[in-house]
Amino acid sequence: MDLVLVNLIDGLVTGLLLFMLSAGLTLIFSMMGVLNFAHASFYMLGAYFAYQISLALGFWMGLIFAPLIVGVIGAGVERYGLRRVHQYGHVPELIFTFGLALLIEELVQFIWGRNQMPYQIPDILNFTAFAISGNSIPAYKVFMIFISIAIFIGLLYVLTKTRVGMIIQAALSYPRTVEALGHNVPLIFMGVFGVGTALAGVAGVIAGPVLGTFPGMAFVLGSIVFVTIVIGGLGSLWGALVASLLIGWITTFAKSYNIRMENILNSVGISTPENLSDSAFRDIWAMTSPQIADILPYILMVLILIFRPYGLFGNREA
Amino acid sequence: MRKSIKLGLGAALALSVSTAAVMAENVKIAFIDPLSGGFAATGINGLHQFEFAAETLVNAKGGVLEGDMFEILPFDNKVSPKESLIQLQVAIDQGARYIVQGNSSGVANALTEAIDKHNRRNPDSRVLFLNYSAVDPALTNEKCNFWHFRFDPHADMKMAALTDMMAENQDIKKVYVIGQDYSFGKAVADAAVSMLAEKRPDVEVVGNELHPIGKVKDFTPYARKIVSSGADAVITGNWGADMLGLGKSILENGFEGPIYTYYAAADGITAAFGESGVDSLYLIAEGDDNPAPKPETQEYIKAFKAKYPDGNMSQTRITNVIQMLAQAIEEAGTATDVVQVANALEGMTFTDSLWSTEEMVMREQDHQLIQDIHVYGHQPMEAPYDMDNSGYGLKVQFTVENASADIETTCDMQRP
Repeated sequence: MDLVLVNLIDGLVTGLLLFMLSAGLTLIFSMMGVLNFAHASFYMLGAYFAYQISLALGFWMGLIFAPLIVGVIGAGVERYGLRRVHQYGHVPELIFTFGLALLIEELVQFIWGRNQMPYQIPDILNFTAFAISGNSIPAYKVFMIFISIAIFIGLLYVLTKTRVGMIIQAALSYPRTVEALGHNVPLIFMGVFGVGTALAGVAGVIAGPVLGTFPGMAFVLGSIVFVTIVIGGLGSLWGALVASLLIGWITTFAKSYNIRMENILNSVGISTPENLSDSAFRDIWAMTSPQIADILPYILMVLILIFRPYGLFGNREA
Repeated sequence: MRKSIKLGLGAALALSVSTAAVMAENVKIAFIDPLSGGFAATGINGLHQFEFAAETLVNAKGGVLEGDMFEILPFDNKVSPKESLIQLQVAIDQGARYIVQGNSSGVANALTEAIDKHNRRNPDSRVLFLNYSAVDPALTNEKCNFWHFRFDPHADMKMAALTDMMAENQDIKKVYVIGQDYSFGKAVADAAVSMLAEKRPDVEVVGNELHPIGKVKDFTPYARKIVSSGADAVITGNWGADMLGLGKSILENGFEGPIYTYYAAADGITAAFGESGVDSLYLIAEGDDNPAPKPETQEYIKAFKAKYPDGNMSQTRITNVIQMLAQAIEEAGTATDVVQVANALEGMTFTDSLWSTEEMVMREQDHQLIQDIHVYGHQPMEAPYDMDNSGYGLKVQFTVENASADIETTCDMQRP
């Protein structure tokens, strides 16, 4: 029972981190129709910039400035890269962001090398907040939870309660009408892209010390972020949040408990074949939940696409 | 104008031919390991250690056979067995007679098979395989051949040393074994379980699990399982980002016992653990204590760090490879007839290692180098003997002399 609580907290941390990445991506995707393959690369840039800044000015300055720099770079990419490619259609845009992801990874390796960076948790947060029957919850995780929730509330407020938010929402659905009303839609696009990448930067800053700051960090998270926004529904902030938490909890629980396929099959009435080692389905029988934990979100995505193509909270088809 | 271009080309061609003629005297050693991609850091650091060893320990002392110099030819295999076989062919075509490789036993298995075949079919261009790091026991057991020599103790030998240490530590009652889901991870787990059962039947293995290799983003759930299993010690063969992620997660989530590893040092790992790894992280390897006891070894390390300030002297066996090869070539009196060199290497007693005052023996029946194995602890260490310039490094905690000198082998060596 205690472990359930611990896993709930761990899953929450994983989920909220995923949310910060997918929130920006889902806004960008739904507004511009661009699958931004480089999104996770901005997450990586956030971690590396924060590490570099933290060497000189400490962790907190990194937390403030790294996302700003990443956001400005993101806005620049939209203004001088994507906007020009946009006129040629979606495929060139896709290829552009894909190339950008490769370019950023190579650049990072060129500047910082291929080793893992010693980006550390700040001393002030490097203690055990509390322990549940021997399982300690580091204070840093609590800090991660609070930062992500604050960002979610902030985003929700801006999008639903402010004038800027209303224009963004309108531009999401009817960009031409909004433009006809005299709003500068390209500027909105640039702003959304900048904020979206800055959010990815924040995620990088706070995830870097725990998940590791290395050139492969973007690749590891890259595909799962797309899964999240497809499950949640394109353009939906709530969808991104729910899908992120769902994925966080599913993978955490699947890894924490060694549920054997054999037990599941037995419980639904299929008995174990006598010569298991000769059976053609041997691999399926021997499967355990930690082994398949990382593909569960993909299975979920396929099911969602079949039964609810617009996602959990979305209102248009993926 | 056109004439001058032709002239220039001709001159360039002549120059390249003449340099090739000069180079022909060199003993070419092909280094086939990852130089790009995710494991490039390890590969490039290894390449630097080879180049430095060849330069300092052989060429600066006049080379072998009165003036032949060692030349290291780097080849990037991207840790892919397929790519390695292509590079092997290129290396042989370029005149390399010695192949060194270490990262990944999968690659080593492919190479040793291909080299065995090549040597049978092409007696004129035979090559030797000097394996400096691939530790799958099979390479000196069922898959052994006359052309393969291993300078690193294999996984079972390392586990034997580790379990010798655990046999003396009565505080350890419960052990958790975790590793990457592939041949090496499984070999480590099997060895741990069987050797613990033999040396410490009272120890309970409370967890034995494999995780997907290179795909785990967050090791927290695994760490939770380890902590809640009540384990006193963890054994893992993980390397790279998987080692760092697992180790950090275990320590952050409240585990206090020792973590016994094969590869938790260098390439950024030592720096990333920093203070948190002290008295928790252990590593089994060959080599010597830090600071190195021999003065010439200290000089060697200082010179290496002066040339490669960001490098690590992390694979001490590399100097043994270079020195033993040089000694074998001298004894054989030839660098081109690799059968004679292999005969000299087989059963060789090597006394000049930088890392030991004891003699090392290249065991005749399976071509496995027998040497001391140490269990190191992650401890504060002054430069230049630290790793990653972090102020932390490896300190010997426990030593098995001539470790596993009589370990059984199933090798049935076919000699030419």
